[in-house]
Amino acid sequence: MADADDWTHRSIGQIAAGVQHGEVSAEAVAAAFLRRYEAIEPQVHAFLHLQSARVVEQARAIDAKRVRNEALGPLAGVPIAVKDSLCTIDAPTSCGSRILARDGAVWQPPYDATVVEKLRSADAVLMGKTNLDEFAMGSSTESSASGPTLNPWDLGRVPGGSSGGSAVAVACRMSAGALGSDTGGSIRQPAAFTHTVGLKPTYGRVSRYGLVAYASSLDQVGSFGSDVRGAARILEVIGGHDPRDATSATAPMEKLEAACGRDVRSIRIGVPEEYFGEGLDAAVEQRVRRAIEALRGAGCTVHAVHLPHTRYAIATYYILATAEASSNLARFDGVRFGLRVHPQRGDLEAMYTSTRSTGFGAEVKRRIMLGTYVLSAGYYDAYYLKAQKVRTLLRRDFDEAFRQVDVIAAPASPIPPWKLGEKLDDPLSMYLADIYTLPASLAGLPAISVPCEPTQDGLPVGLQLIAPAFQEARLCAVASAWEAMNPARGLVAPHAHVAAG
Amino acid sequence: MPDAIITPEQVRHVARLARLSLDDDEVARMTKELGAILEYMARLDEADTSDVEPTAQVGTEALALRHDEPRVGLDREVVLGQGPSTSHDGFAVPAFVDE
Repeated sequence: MADADDWTHRSIGQIAAGVQHGEVSAEAVAAAFLRRYEAIEPQVHAFLHLQSARVVEQARAIDAKRVRNEALGPLAGVPIAVKDSLCTIDAPTSCGSRILARDGAVWQPPYDATVVEKLRSADAVLMGKTNLDEFAMGSSTESSASGPTLNPWDLGRVPGGSSGGSAVAVACRMSAGALGSDTGGSIRQPAAFTHTVGLKPTYGRVSRYGLVAYASSLDQVGSFGSDVRGAARILEVIGGHDPRDATSATAPMEKLEAACGRDVRSIRIGVPEEYFGEGLDAAVEQRVRRAIEALRGAGCTVHAVHLPHTRYAIATYYILATAEASSNLARFDGVRFGLRVHPQRGDLEAMYTSTRSTGFGAEVKRRIMLGTYVLSAGYYDAYYLKAQKVRTLLRRDFDEAFRQVDVIAAPASPIPPWKLGEKLDDPLSMYLADIYTLPASLAGLPAISVPCEPTQDGLPVGLQLIAPAFQEARLCAVASAWEAMNPARGLVAPHAHVAAG
Repeated sequence: MPDAIITPEQVRHVARLARLSLDDDEVARMTKELGAILEYMARLDEADTSDVEPTAQVGTEALALRHDEPRVGLDREVVLGQGPSTSHDGFAVPAFVDE
């Protein structure tokens, strides 16, 4: 039999089949991934919490089930990393913030998020909790209180965010797949920056029960994989109706993995002019256009479409998301969990203020301030209500475009991964980099980022595909068609190689 | 849209509403950063939204409500165990006035 280390480079489907058929034990798979973790993690800081003993314990339980001839689930023995904004009953949850830690101990959720419960039911092995921008607010994973995650393609650059730790865990094969959350691009952009696949489902497709809320009208949980099939299988497992989430859709979950490899001839691809204009890096544009041309070669038809309100997406998003955040984060007040800072002579209000001022980092404070401002008396109509109306216009753009095409193709990010620290002193410049992921979020649409060929400097580029609501299967079909033709398929990051022996 | 440039006094007022205390340096930085962001947001004025309904949330029009049935919740001890301070089966907080 091949060396067990090879299993870290197998697909999710291969690992699950190997474990189900007894070709490899879940424990051996877990051990192989843990060896990679030991070797690579010190360079990239993708994880906030990983307990090897707990990983092995889960794997052994799955092996024991197999010995008892119990049927194993679709993620049998597959190591999955989980973004640290999702609640886990057997691991602390920090959201990358100091405010959920007290006396060195991080908040321990008393329950599992629904998506975590579903991973366990599918016999996945939860590797650990991954780094993120504090409360998922950021596009670089630099605002984490534990320090940044580094990009394995260039350790001097950011991995994207906010789900940067999950993207890097998969890019380095420290886990076979991962969960992230995407509010304005937090799965698609880090996937694009790390040469991984990131799938953000339709709003309502996946339960948010147990996801620490950032902006509730936008937050969605989604998946990372090193290929489209892997990301699709994870989403199939975590998707579906959940009575514990009032926004959870009742539409039945489609077969996503089965859609991969499906014939894409005569699928109409829309290319929005507004996503190929000023500010788009030439190398990114060239790689993305090459992918679209390859899809044309595979029988898709390519059409110019217009999404005329795209230029309002950033302003709209940063009003609505920060408004919702200012409300959601009011719960972090030093009363029920995490940090409490109580001044010597102070009342309840002073305790709230001291706790929040000490516990939140700069970006979270900035967004709470912005959100509080746009909701405050005298400004509500001008900012918040106006943004809600423009959100309607952004939705109509997509409704119109999808009358002409089946799927929209565009870059996931206008620029390749930037240097660490480059945008930290200019928050607006970081917000502007979100331009291509925000519109689909505001419209609640499913979207995927799938790797293109890297730039000449070896920096990853992602092709973003956007589909109408609940058409994730179509996304998977088109994404996997390009993936099969991509000359850079399976390319591994230079800092994700482990010396043999 | 009102004058988009935010003043240090407004920043202090908003910070009070948000239960955040900012020192003078933070107020200065926040005024500059929020000012730049709000200035950028003024572009929304260009969008014609007359007769446009606001979108609060997408796709939640047809959601079913869960049956209102009693069920066992989380264990009280476990939940209280995460609190910084507890007393008499509840979370304890400082008094509203100085003790």
